[in-house]
Order: sequence, then structure tokens, then C-alpha cells
Amino acid sequence: MTSKLNRTFAQLRQRGEKALITYVMAGDPSLQETEQLVVELEQAGADIIELGVPFSDPIADGPVIQQAAERALRSGTSVGTILSMVTSLRARTKIPLVLMAYYNSIHAFGPERFCQEAAQAGVDGLIVPDMPPDEAGPLKKPAAAAGLPLIFLLAPTSTEERRTFVARQSQGFVYYVSLTGITGAKLLNMADVGKNVEKIRKVTHVPVAVGFGVATPEDAANVAAIADGVIVGSAIVKLIAAHRQKPDMVKHVAEFVRSLKVAMRAVQPKTR
Amino acid sequence: MRDVDGLGSHLVSPVPPVLPTSLGHTNMRMVMSSVPNKQGRFGAYGGRYVPETLMPALLELEQEYSRVKKDRRFQSELAYYLKHYVGRPTSLYFAQRLTKRLGGAKIYLKREDLCHTGAHKINNAIGQGLLAQRMKKPRIIAETGAGQHGVATATVAAMFGLQCEIYMGTEDMQRQALNVFRMRLLGATVTGVDAGSRTLKDAISEAMRDWTTNIRTTHYILGSVLGAHPYPMMIRDFQAIIGRETRRQILAAEGRLPDCLIACVGGGSNAMGLFYAFIRDKKVKMVGVEAGGLGVASGKHAARFAGGKPGVLQGTMTYLLQGDDGQVNLTHSVSAGLDYAAIGPEHSYLRDQGRVEYTSVTDDEAMAAFDLLAREEGIMPALESAHAVAHTVKVAPTMKKNQLLVVNLSGRGDKDVQQIAKMRGIML
Ligand SMILES: Cc1ncc(COP(=O)(O)O)c(C=O)c1O
Repeated sequence: MTSKLNRTFAQLRQRGEKALITYVMAGDPSLQETEQLVVELEQAGADIIELGVPFSDPIADGPVIQQAAERALRSGTSVGTILSMVTSLRARTKIPLVLMAYYNSIHAFGPERFCQEAAQAGVDGLIVPDMPPDEAGPLKKPAAAAGLPLIFLLAPTSTEERRTFVARQSQGFVYYVSLTGITGAKLLNMADVGKNVEKIRKVTHVPVAVGFGVATPEDAANVAAIADGVIVGSAIVKLIAAHRQKPDMVKHVAEFVRSLKVAMRAVQPKTR
Repeated sequence: MRDVDGLGSHLVSPVPPVLPTSLGHTNMRMVMSSVPNKQGRFGAYGGRYVPETLMPALLELEQEYSRVKKDRRFQSELAYYLKHYVGRPTSLYFAQRLTKRLGGAKIYLKREDLCHTGAHKINNAIGQGLLAQRMKKPRIIAETGAGQHGVATATVAAMFGLQCEIYMGTEDMQRQALNVFRMRLLGATVTGVDAGSRTLKDAISEAMRDWTTNIRTTHYILGSVLGAHPYPMMIRDFQAIIGRETRRQILAAEGRLPDCLIACVGGGSNAMGLFYAFIRDKKVKMVGVEAGGLGVASGKHAARFAGGKPGVLQGTMTYLLQGDDGQVNLTHSVSAGLDYAAIGPEHSYLRDQGRVEYTSVTDDEAMAAFDLLAREEGIMPALESAHAVAHTVKVAPTMKKNQLLVVNLSGRGDKDVQQIAKMRGIML
């Protein structure tokens, strides 16, 4: 299956660039602002956008994203309203959009209906942080039927056996969690990240993107030197939180994203 | 067949006792039930819905646990601590005055309140503490609602020399202040959790986040039959001693099996512990009692089977109190230990099978049962256990005088005395 994600990574590789993947919580502080953010972040250099689906009990997330989810829920965000926003976004941009949703949000909506409606709205991939491939059975068929890539995660604790098992099932890209911890923690060991990315590449041809703990242009540049994609989440969500009551919130966030992309472009890419 | 529960002197005995290969049954007729399967599924429920970071640890834990299940030395060490440290077997007490007062079935109380630290929670904490030592994890963490599991874990940590951190919702820290102080006296760090409903659910999420971060050095002692595989199975097994003892004790006292078992159900560990040894005795009726809070109709309750539907929370697929969009609902119960939005996956399975019946009682009914047991029997039950007593008050009179009813008195009420005084406007 060649998905839009595949094409995006291929085009970037031709240009000698790495993918900048930015995470925003859908509906934080409101869906109108999320929509505006997506458009502006693309202008600023984001190649793929991850949209968080807010959940009441996000076990993989640190306080920054937990609080963003609380704000999004208070603003009335639901799977249905997020998909409507995606539909309306599709009139304005083609940027690949990946939903990051906890499994219960999908289960409650109905896995089949979720995949169908997400694909129809223009979603290009799905990340479910509390659903390892071991539990993905009920989602695989409807996702495949809808042409929606399922992106799985690997972690520093993953054994060789799991690395092979997980990487080979991941579509679009493999999400390598850079650190043993939750979102928003501090990235510690770049050498380890590099080694693990290499190990993943030995078992799959799918691009590898690195997330969790990437917070500064310098981090982004370092990760860009070793991986195919750089995922920035909490740092962006934190900025949104800090400026959410100001009229120029989107501008602040776009500036930051631009600085990430500039730093990444300055890196001499190692070819695979 | 030799009885293994309650044997004590294994550590000094030159010849280790012959132990059965699976976590003890006293009776060859009783084989382990076939759930969960290898994926940790109890029918449609259970499983392992966790971030990848935790998967290797869960697989390791499962492996280690299946090893110790068959390991004689581990089992005799466990039996040793259960006898000499916890004080097992706990008695099965015939509640004569309560029986007379209710005027129906003969009521026996399984006295888990007599365990060291005051509740059944320590049966599991000892088992997992031994396991943590085996896995060479110097640090343990736990969540707690009522504080009983936190106290049990802090106790075991002190006894085994392990570092210990307990997560507790700030709302629960207030209503169970005494237990917070007890944990600190035992040398544990108690960390308040200010997210969401500030109760058990949020404490579990925070403990899972800690575990995800410190997985290499830390074992997470989950306190009920919840979470990802192998926890629901392993904790059931560690608690199953309650039912094995009860079975033996009732046979000794009455020469027959009980007609009905009653236990309260938070996550469901004391209930699974009591029920498990009787699952295959189809004539033994079993009732799980959930927290009805201010009444199921009010929406302020924790009766998962009354108001919930299947979903995934904190690692497992099970009945869950949730909105249409899958957001987890806030719950309410006078008892912190029952105040949780999900129920152990095996209970969901047993409910679908029709093997166990589930019901709920309100805060007020539980409070009245607390008073009744205190006055009639001189036993103050934990507010959690008072829910089981409250249901007993309803059903015992409808049963025949020669019928036998066993109520799991999962814990003692000392921890709740302050809260009860406050509710009655009394300053202590
Ligand atoms: C005395 C007592 N009983 C019951 C419970 C509920 O837990 P479970 O349903 O796992 O037995 C608790 C939990 O804190 C408790 O302290």
C-alpha cells in the first residue's frame, strides 16, 4: 500500500530532508484554533501533523499533554467534531494528518466506523499509544479496508524479538519512543537513540521517526541526523498553553516550528 | 492430599513439603479454571493495552510469575510469610448474633480484617514483594485508594528492605488521612495525585507513568485484579488463599459447602480471592457487591455493571463507566476502595457467564451495615466490606435457617473512623 505518508517520506528523501512531525492536541484551546494551527504550521515547515484525540486518562502522557487534553475536553471536543474539522481542513491543505488516539476513544466510536469515517474525512494514519500490535486485531481489518496505515511504537526497552515483531507491522513509519518514559520527559542519550534507530532499520524498510523528549531546535537537528522523522509534541503543546489567551498564539507556535525546520535543514543528511 | 495453606515452618524444615504445581488447591478435583488464555483474555475481556515501553516488562513478569507458581521454594516462602507475618489462616467466624437478628441463613464472616495491616491487600503485597526480590528490583511502587493497599505495600517494602513510593489521589488522601500517616511511618513516600477525579483511577495512571519511566529498577505492585495481563491473574492467585481456607473451614464446621458467598467489589480482588476456590461448585451462589453511592439513578456511584459498558482503561478491556465518546466518568462512593470506574476483567467474564451475580448497595445502606456489625458483633468493618454486609442484611432474611452464607470481611474499619466522625459532625 503506498499511502500519502509513504509519498511524503519519499519526496523528502529526494530533497535530502527529514520529516518534521508536529503534534497538537485537537481542540486545545478550541478546534477553530487547531484548524488554524495546522495551516500555519505547514507554512512554517511541518511535513506531517499529528492530531491528539483528547482522552480522560492518557497513561502515556506527561502533565503537559494531560492538561491539554483536559482543556480540549472542556471545549467540547470529541471524535466526531475532530473528524468534521479534518473534513473542513481538507479544503485548505493536503498535509498528511495522523490521529493519535487512545484505544477507548476508538472502541467507543466503533473500530469500523472510526476507520471509515477517519479515512473519508482525510486522515492519513493512526497511532494508538496504548495498543501494541498484540492487541490490534480488531483494528487491523477495518484500517486496511479504509486504507488507513496503523503506526506502531517501539521503545528503548523493546527486546530484539519485539523490535522485529512490531516494526514489521508498522505502516507509514515506525514511531521510536526516544526515552524510557512518558511524553514531555527530557531526552537524555542521543547515542542510544542512534543505535536503536539503526537496529530498527535492520528489520524494516519503513521510515523511522523519533519522538518523546525532542524539545529544542538543537534536539531536532540531532535527531534529524539519525532518523527519517522528528516528532515534536510537548514543546509545542506547552507553547500553545502559554499563549492560548493571546491573539497571536498561532504566530508564536509557527515561529517555533520554523526554527525547528531551519535547524533540521542545516544538518547534513546521512543517506540510508 | 496434603493441605498446604497455613503450613508454617517450611523455612526451618529440612524436608520441603510437597507442594502442588499450581498455586495451591487443596483438592485435586479442583483444577485451575482455563481463563485467562495466553494473551491474558478472560473471554472478551482483559488483554494488554499498554504503551510498548511496558510490554517487555509485562512479558518478563508473566514469565517470572509462571516460574514461581511452580517453584517450591517460592511457594513455601510465601506460605511462611502468610502464616507468621500476616497471621493466616484468618478465622471463619460464625456471627451468631447477626444471624439471629436477621433471622435467616447462618452467617459466617471470613475475617480478612484480622490480617496484619488490617485487610486482605497484604496477601497480594507479600506475593508480589517476593516476586520483586526475585526480579532484583530494588524499588516498588503502588497506587492506593482506601490506603489499605498502600499500607500493605509500604509494610512489605519495610520488611523486605525495598524502596517504596505510593501514589494516592488527593481526595483520597483527605478521607483516608490516617492511612497516609501510617504509610509515612513505615518509611514510604506518599505522592499525591491532583489530576482528574483525584481518586484511585488517577493514582493508577500516575503509578503506570512512574513504572514506564523507571521500569528497569522498579516493580509495580498493583493492588487489585486490574490492569494488563498478568496482573489480574496473578493477583487473583495470590488472593485465592481466602477461598481455599474458607472451603476447608466451612467443611470442618458444617460438613458441607456454603449456599452463598458475598463480597464487595472495587477492582475485585477480595471477591476473586473468596470466589475462586468455589467457581466449579455450581451449587455455591456468588454475589459481588458494587458501590451504589448515592443510588444508581443519581449517576453518582461506582456500579460498573449497572451503568457501564465494555471499554479499555489502564491496560485492560472490561466494564467501564464511560460516556458515549469513551471518556471515563467520575465515580462516587463513601468508600475510597470501591470508588473506581472499572472492574477486574475476570468479573466481567464471570458476569457474562452468569456464574456470579452482581448488585450494588448505597452509601447509606453501607453506613447502616457498619453500625449494625459494630453493635451486634463488636466488629467494625471497613466501609468497603460494609457493602458486603449491607447486601447480607438484604438477603439473609430471605434464606432458610439451615442455609449457609459466607461474607468476606475484607478489612477492618479503623481507617474509616475519622471519616465517619466527620460525616456525623463530630470533631475528634
Ligand atoms: C478493606 C478493603 N476491601 C475491599 C477493597 C476493594 O478492593 P478489591 O475489590 O480489590 O478487594 C479495598 C480497597 O482498597 C479495601 O481496602
